[in-house]
Amino acid sequence: MLVSKMIDRVKFTIFSPEMIRKLSAAKITVPDTYNDDSYPIDGGLVDPRMGVIDPGLKCKTCGGKLRSCPGHFAHIELVRPVVHPEFAKVVFFVLKSTCPSCKRVLMSEKQIQDIADQMEEESDLEIGSKAARKAKKVPKCPHCEEKIEEVKFLKPTTFYRGKNMMLPSEIRDWLAAIPDADIKLLGLDPTYARPEWMIITALLVPPVSVRPSITLETGDRSEDDLTHKLVDIMRINQRLEANINAGAPQLIIEDLWELVQYHVTTYFNNETSNIPPARHRSGRPLKTLSQRLKGKEGRFRYNLSGKRVNFSARTVISPDPNISIDEVGVPVAFAEELTVPIKVTAWNIDKCKEFILAENYPRAEYTVRPDGKRILVNEASRQEILDTLAIGYTVERHLIDGDTVLFNRQPSLHRVSIMCHSVRVLPGRTLRLNPIDCPPYNADYDGDEMNLHVIQSEEARVEAEMLMKVHKQIISPRHGRAIIKPQEDHVSGAYFMTRNDSEFTRAEACQLLAIAGITKLPESDRKGNYSGRLLFSLLLPKELNLRIKSKVARKGDENDPESWITIKNGMLLSGAIDARAYENEILEKLIQLRGHEEGKRFLDISTRVCLSAITLHGLSVSIANYAASEEAQKRLDEIQDTMRREVDGSVVQFKNGTLERAAGKSMRETLEERIMAITSKTRDSGGAVLEKSLGYENTSIIMAKIGARGSLLNAIQMAAMVGQQAVRSKRLSRGYRGRTLLHFRRGDIGAASRGFVQNSFRKGLLPTEFFLHAMGGRESLVNTAIRTARSGYMQRRLINALQDLVVASDLSVRDSRGIVVQFKYGGDGIDPIKSQSKGEVLEVKKAPEDEAM
Amino acid sequence: MATKVKREIDVGEAVGILAAQSIGEPGTQMTMRTFHYAGVAEQVPTGLPRLIELVDAKKEPKKPLMDIYLSPEYAKDPKKARTIADDLECTILSQVAEISEDFVEKKIDIVLDEKNLEFEGLTVEDVKKTIKAAGGTVTSSGNRVAVKPNTTSLRLIRRLTNKLKGMHLKGVEKIKRAAIIEAKDGIFIRTYGSNIAEVMKDPRVDAKRVFTNDVKEVERVLGIEAARNTIIRETKQVLDLQGLNVDVRHIMLLADAMCMDGAVKSVGRHGLSGEKAGVLARAAFEETIKHLITAAVKADDDKLIGVTENIIVGQTVPVGTGTVRLKFKH
Repeated sequence: MLVSKMIDRVKFTIFSPEMIRKLSAAKITVPDTYNDDSYPIDGGLVDPRMGVIDPGLKCKTCGGKLRSCPGHFAHIELVRPVVHPEFAKVVFFVLKSTCPSCKRVLMSEKQIQDIADQMEEESDLEIGSKAARKAKKVPKCPHCEEKIEEVKFLKPTTFYRGKNMMLPSEIRDWLAAIPDADIKLLGLDPTYARPEWMIITALLVPPVSVRPSITLETGDRSEDDLTHKLVDIMRINQRLEANINAGAPQLIIEDLWELVQYHVTTYFNNETSNIPPARHRSGRPLKTLSQRLKGKEGRFRYNLSGKRVNFSARTVISPDPNISIDEVGVPVAFAEELTVPIKVTAWNIDKCKEFILAENYPRAEYTVRPDGKRILVNEASRQEILDTLAIGYTVERHLIDGDTVLFNRQPSLHRVSIMCHSVRVLPGRTLRLNPIDCPPYNADYDGDEMNLHVIQSEEARVEAEMLMKVHKQIISPRHGRAIIKPQEDHVSGAYFMTRNDSEFTRAEACQLLAIAGITKLPESDRKGNYSGRLLFSLLLPKELNLRIKSKVARKGDENDPESWITIKNGMLLSGAIDARAYENEILEKLIQLRGHEEGKRFLDISTRVCLSAITLHGLSVSIANYAASEEAQKRLDEIQDTMRREVDGSVVQFKNGTLERAAGKSMRETLEERIMAITSKTRDSGGAVLEKSLGYENTSIIMAKIGARGSLLNAIQMAAMVGQQAVRSKRLSRGYRGRTLLHFRRGDIGAASRGFVQNSFRKGLLPTEFFLHAMGGRESLVNTAIRTARSGYMQRRLINALQDLVVASDLSVRDSRGIVVQFKYGGDGIDPIKSQSKGEVLEVKKAPEDEAM
Repeated sequence: MATKVKREIDVGEAVGILAAQSIGEPGTQMTMRTFHYAGVAEQVPTGLPRLIELVDAKKEPKKPLMDIYLSPEYAKDPKKARTIADDLECTILSQVAEISEDFVEKKIDIVLDEKNLEFEGLTVEDVKKTIKAAGGTVTSSGNRVAVKPNTTSLRLIRRLTNKLKGMHLKGVEKIKRAAIIEAKDGIFIRTYGSNIAEVMKDPRVDAKRVFTNDVKEVERVLGIEAARNTIIRETKQVLDLQGLNVDVRHIMLLADAMCMDGAVKSVGRHGLSGEKAGVLARAAFEETIKHLITAAVKADDDKLIGVTENIIVGQTVPVGTGTVRLKFKH
């Protein structure tokens, strides 16, 4: 993007009263807003010289209308000065460090000289303020020998000298008399921040556009909180003035003065401690200046660090395994609403005209003339636009297939939470996403919504395509491994397709290959039929070689060729593909060999083939999968009996005091540990029995073994027993006195009463078991809620601390000030994405052409 | 033919954000549970709480631990190792004695438990010597010791009692428990409580292989470079234990940033984020008003060099493709 102006720096200063008067477009004189005819009062708090917020009116200062006038500041002359509450601390520091009579800093000439020299050398104001803070209390002024009476500060805005309260006007006079050189010594910059400016004499009033009033349905006006506060200040200020002029007693004047101070304090910050917050009529505390800036919903975090955008869409997502991984399905209704600006050139002017001519989707919505004027394309304007359209115009047309968009799901925890997709306009009302893309977004289809952003400039489009395209994110920078990878049914499909016994007829083979776009049928390897391995191999690159142990291999099967997944020159020779082989060995290797584009192609095609294969083969899971044989059930009962005996035995030992105490633990802890070990052993041996009983052809077990879905533990809980429930890694113990539920005897510390669920989910839980199981479940729900909040805050801090660190051109890592954090990124300058398997550094052989050089 | 892949990191890559995301994102998947280390009875924080502890650069971890490897002649024999472990474990007076105050007589009575003393390998005389060092007039008969403080103020008596209770009799201070762990790479001692400075003095210990999980202590005793390595080691351990795979480079960058200027600084408003260059960046993080006020007093400039500042004013961020600045001549 061409930038003609850039902000170089932003300076923060304090306004002097003179500056405020110069800035001011109006002096506010009336503590009111609108008169009875609902016109703004001149000199009131919505004086039209401060700019306008009503449509149709003109600003009296700049003549601008609603949109064109930015608003102008005004001011209130305070009859008596008040302390600026946010600067009170600084004022206190200055008063404490200066002499009340000669107004010099309470340091000896030598100290002053030293600090001044040091500041000169390092040109840092910080030094002064630090030195002054450290300086010891002196009983007498080193310059004029005056005895120092201690200044006390009573938060938020009251100061005492000795026992007497100091009036803001006194403070102001004191501060004003401090020489510039001494102010510098205190760490203040006297040209931009004289301390007396921290005592307010002229109060800056923000323009109306900062505090717009809202017109309610009833026609009443409701003023902004700031306006209310300003009215308060004006009202008391005027009363104070009237009383002074009438010669009222000092006591009354000081009371009113204090009231002005209160209103000014709450105007700046309505959460000042030791002060009751100013409230609205309804009792709601007012939202004043500080509250507007602060916190998550404040100006900084809500409006400045995060900005709202146009050309975006959001709705529910649903799966579509038939679109490519770098596509996103967009409903027609969205495509008709979102537009893409196209610069008219000699090469596309005809195409542009077509869009303008079209009456239905895809058509042009607007054209933009080179001078920036936007023209709506409609019946009336169409012909004229066609006649005048020339090179240099911009046409804003509907979203069409192939357009580049960004797709995002919150929470955006890492950079792959927003990726670049190309558009596929599809019928329907949801955004369509290939299920393989779910892990980076951490999405599922249970009602998740996602956001779509249409890219509006050529530069942004190129950057997005080159850096953010989905296929470039297959390998995650977190660990250099694939994050976009085949899952669940893809893995099951690949497994069943590549098993030794898997064969496809000629017709089936043709169908599978057609999906992959392969038109040449290889020679049959199984008497007219085709082995799944042969078909799968056609998807692999010819240079791929590997031999890894299959996940389904059992112990002692090392000599069985089926225990080893062997690929030689792109031919799968033995073993059935499991998750590890599919994603790590094949996908990641392929990307190393042939690059990201090929990786994407492989993912698109192979997953589609695998899904078709599993559709042909069939894969069902039913409750019968979890039916343990009668024999196994008997074994399970036996195991549980043994467990109960062991637990009871330990309890008896504990009660007799014959239990062998573990080092550094109490008897009770030893017992608990012992029982936990027994119960977990029980579940494990139950698992072994179950595995045998369910067999190796059980679809649930297969899926668990190959890493497609579920785990053995899930199967055990469903078929054998749910096992020990725990809260805080301990057996359940809370509930009633000495027992978890009324169903148990007091003091019973056996298995069942402390949350061992002996039934399986299939058999069903006893009421007591169900309740105790819910206790464990509750804990994990609570933990999840706490964890999200805690880790969210940790990540915010991490990002904030590290966000400015960037690799410089010499591969060092530096922060924004240019300070070196690492001399070479990661010590070796290697990109984690390319660090390959587990981020270990691999030797890369030199290519022949490098050696020639 | 092996092809040469360009494996170098791209210039301008926002490696800081990358590291923060790579460490922060797995946080959502971590457990909150504590972990039970073998031998040391305590429940040691792992997972998210421990990670937050590390990132906060806490003065002392919730459960300080040490892994101490031994010099060759002790490393193979568990019995010999046990003797070292016993020597390390510290004993304080309240463990071997009954201490009670007598406010009428204005004195403190100490009854030494001879059985416990023998178990710890101490004699009554040893203990008496230590007690004398605490001050006050000490009178004793057999295993009974009475301390008459020089003061009559009840408050000072209580203070002396507490001092006596905590009096260190033997072993290494702060080490509450020591256990022998037999691992593949030899025997080591795991202690609850950490004091590397003292432990490393013991010649029977392999001083090069004394580890603690207390980052600040490593910084104090061994310096910033060792502290950096400790941060890396500990962070990696937390992530590994959860089965989360994160490239070390990200952890290294975090550690380097925390140790950037010679002292371990926390990630957050009191550490790294609080010392950033930009006023706007600090204001946008936390304590908005405070930063704006101090900036005004010092008449600070925000030179708009950071990421947040440029987002705030709506300019290109100086990261990645935004680091390139080209000027046109008209």
